[in-house]
Amino acid sequence: MEMINIKINDKDYSVPASYTILDAAREAGIKIPTLCYLKDVNQIGACRMCLVEIKGARALQAACVYPVSEGLEIYTNSAKVREARRDTLELILSNHDKKCLTCIRNRNCELQALADELGVDGLRFEGENIPYEIDNTSTSLVRDNNKCILCRRCVAACNNQAISVITCADRGFATHVTPTYEKEIKDVGCIFCGQCIVSCPVGALSEKNEVPAVMKAIDNPEKHVVVQTAPAVRAALGEEFGLPIGTPVTGKMVAALRRLGFDKVFDTDTGADLTIMEEGTEFLQRFTSGENLPIITSCSPGWVKFCEHYYPEFIGNLSTCKSPMEMFGAVIKSYYAEKNNINKDDIFSVAIMPCTSKKYEASREEHSTSGGRDIDVSLTTRELARMIKQAGIDFNSLPDEEFDSPFGEATGAGVIFGTTGGVMEAAIRTVYEILEKKPLENLNVEPVRGLDGVKEATLTIAGKEVKIAVVHGTANARIILDKIKAGEHYDFVEVMACPGGCINGGGQPIVDANTRATTDFKALRASALYSEDEKATIRKSHENPVIKQLYDDFLGEPCGHKSHELLHTHYTDKSANK
Amino acid sequence: MAEIKAPAFKDTAEQSAKLQEVIAKYKGTEGALIPVLHEAQSIYGYLPYEVQKAISEGLDVPMAEIYGVVSFYTQFSIYPKGTYNVAVCLGTACYVKGSGDIIDKIKEKLGIEVGQCTDDGRFSLEATRCIGACGLAPVLTVNDDVYGRLTVDDVDDILSKYMD
Repeated sequence: MEMINIKINDKDYSVPASYTILDAAREAGIKIPTLCYLKDVNQIGACRMCLVEIKGARALQAACVYPVSEGLEIYTNSAKVREARRDTLELILSNHDKKCLTCIRNRNCELQALADELGVDGLRFEGENIPYEIDNTSTSLVRDNNKCILCRRCVAACNNQAISVITCADRGFATHVTPTYEKEIKDVGCIFCGQCIVSCPVGALSEKNEVPAVMKAIDNPEKHVVVQTAPAVRAALGEEFGLPIGTPVTGKMVAALRRLGFDKVFDTDTGADLTIMEEGTEFLQRFTSGENLPIITSCSPGWVKFCEHYYPEFIGNLSTCKSPMEMFGAVIKSYYAEKNNINKDDIFSVAIMPCTSKKYEASREEHSTSGGRDIDVSLTTRELARMIKQAGIDFNSLPDEEFDSPFGEATGAGVIFGTTGGVMEAAIRTVYEILEKKPLENLNVEPVRGLDGVKEATLTIAGKEVKIAVVHGTANARIILDKIKAGEHYDFVEVMACPGGCINGGGQPIVDANTRATTDFKALRASALYSEDEKATIRKSHENPVIKQLYDDFLGEPCGHKSHELLHTHYTDKSANK
Repeated sequence: MAEIKAPAFKDTAEQSAKLQEVIAKYKGTEGALIPVLHEAQSIYGYLPYEVQKAISEGLDVPMAEIYGVVSFYTQFSIYPKGTYNVAVCLGTACYVKGSGDIIDKIKEKLGIEVGQCTDDGRFSLEATRCIGACGLAPVLTVNDDVYGRLTVDDVDDILSKYMD
C-alpha cells in the first residue's frame, strides 16, 4: 500500500494514498462532523458540514470527498472552519421542522447531535418554509419532507438497491425528495425494504407506526394476543438499550414481551423450520424432475415484491412457500387455535420483524387463510423498543426467559435465517440428510457465509452436483437474475432484499453514520446469530420435535394437501406499476 | 409539491417513430439522457409522463432520475404550451412596476402555477426575464400580442379576449 505524509493540525501522519481527508482524520482520532456522508452509501460532499481548511487552498474543502496528497496540510478546527460549519448548520436548521420533542428520532438524530456538538445556541436565520404533506398512505413507510435536510442518503440507498424510485426534484429552495413524478410512495414500485429509513439521519423517513393497534389488542381482555419474533430482532434489539452491537438478547426480549402483556411469546424460528421442511421438499421435487430451476427463496417480502415489479418472468421460479412469519401466522390461527380451543377470531397475531416490508406482506390478500389477516400487525424492531421504553421496562435488568411452548422450540437452522446465506445453509442441512440418508458432519456451510454480495458454490450431494447462489441487496439480485437470463444454470438461489440480509433490515435499530464508518455492524449482528446456532442443541430443521408433531397431528406431510392450503402462496405480475 | 395534473397526452405515429429513432441513436451512450430529453421536447413540445416513460424504458434509466432532471432544468417542461401562452415579464423594471401582482392575479384567474397549462389546453403561463420593452412596464405577451402599462385590473379584460 502506498503511504503518503500529511499534516493534520500541525501534526505529522502517514496514511494510505487512497484515503480521503475524512478517513485520515478518523484514523488519527480527530472528529470531523458529517451529515450527508454515509459509508458505502453516499459520499457526495453536499452538506458542507465536514469543511476543513487546507493550507494554500482558496476555499474550505469537504473532507469526505477530498483525497489526501503528499504534503497536504489540513486544519480541522480553525476559527474559520468552526464558523463556517456552524453557519451551514444554522442554515440547514432554518427551514427544518424543529419539533424535536415529538419527533420519531428524538435523541437518535444526527442533526440534533450536530447542533449539540457544534454548540448552536440560537437560531439567527428564521425564514420562509415550504410546508409539505406527509405521505403515510403506504402500508410500510412514512415520508415527512418537513424534516428532510436534503442530504440525499435515502436517494443513494434506493439507487444502491437498484430500485431508484425516489429522487431530488426541482431546484434551489424548492428542491425536495419525492417518489417519481410526485406520486405517493405506494404507487411507484417501491419494495418497502426500508433501506432509506435506516439511512436517514433525521426523522424524514420512518416506518408506519402500528404500536397503538397492538396496545389496544393487549388491553382488550377478549383478545388472545400472541407474538412471534424473527431471528434478526434478537441480534439488534439490545442496541436500542445501549448494548454493544452484536449482543444477542433473546432471553431479555422474551421477558420484555411477556411484561408487555402478550399472552404467548413464540419464536418465528419455528416457522423458519417449517419453511425449510416445505421449501426443502419443494426443492427436492423440482431438482429431481429438473423442472422450474432454479428455485428461488421467497422469505424476504421486499425481494418478492421486487421480483413481481421488475423481474416478473421469474415469478414461476419463486418458491411457493410463504415466509416463516406467514406460515407461522397460518398455523397459529388454525392448528394452535383448534388445539387450545380458542376461537380464531379472538386471536390477535403480532409479529416482531426486522423489516418494514413485512407490514406490506402481512397486508397481502393472499395471506388470509383464516378468513381475515393471518398476521394482524407486523411491528419493526424499533417499534418493539419503543413499546418497551413506553412501558417503563428496564430492559437491561430483565432476567433471561424462554419462549412459550410449543412454538418456542426452534433449531439453530431457524436462527440463521436472519442473515444472508442462512436460509440456504438451513436448507442444505436438511436436503443433504434426506438425499444422503446419513448425518451431515460439518453443519457450517462456509461458502454461503459472509458479506460478499454474490456467493456461489457447487455442492455434491448424493453424487449429484447442486449449483447454488446466495445474494443480498436487490442490486445483487439483478446481477444473478441477469446471469440466469443469459443462460447460466443454478439449482437453488437465495435472495434477501436488504444488504446483509435481515440483520440489516429496514426495521432494525438505526446505526448512525459515525458508527457505520468505524464498525462492521452487519458482521457483528450476524455473529450474534451464528453464536446462537452454535449453542443450539438441535441445529437441523427436520429434527425439530415440534415440527415433527405438527406434521403428525395436523399437516400430514410436507407439500401435502393441507400444507398447500395453509403454507403456500402465489405471486402476481406487478410490472405495470413501477 | 402536489400531484401533477397535465392535459391528456396525444401522440401520433410519426412523433412516436421519431422518438424511438432518437432513443435508438443514443442507446448505450453515456450521458445520453439530456440530449434525448432535448430532442424529445422538440418532437412533442413538452415532456409528458408517457414520453418520459418511453425514454426510461428505451435508455434503461429509472423514471425517478428522469423526473429529477426534467424538474431541475427550467428548459424542460412537463406541461404543454397552451393555445395561448401568457408570458409575464419579471425583469427588473416590470417587477418594480408590479408585474408580480399581475402574475399572481393570472395564476388565480386560471388556476395554474407558472409553467403549467390549463386542463382544457387553452392557456399556459410563463414567467420571462426582461423582454426589452421596459418603457411599457409592466408588460405581458399573449402569443405575439403585447400588452403594456398594465394594472392588476387589466388582467380580466386581456384574458377574456382569448376565452372564446
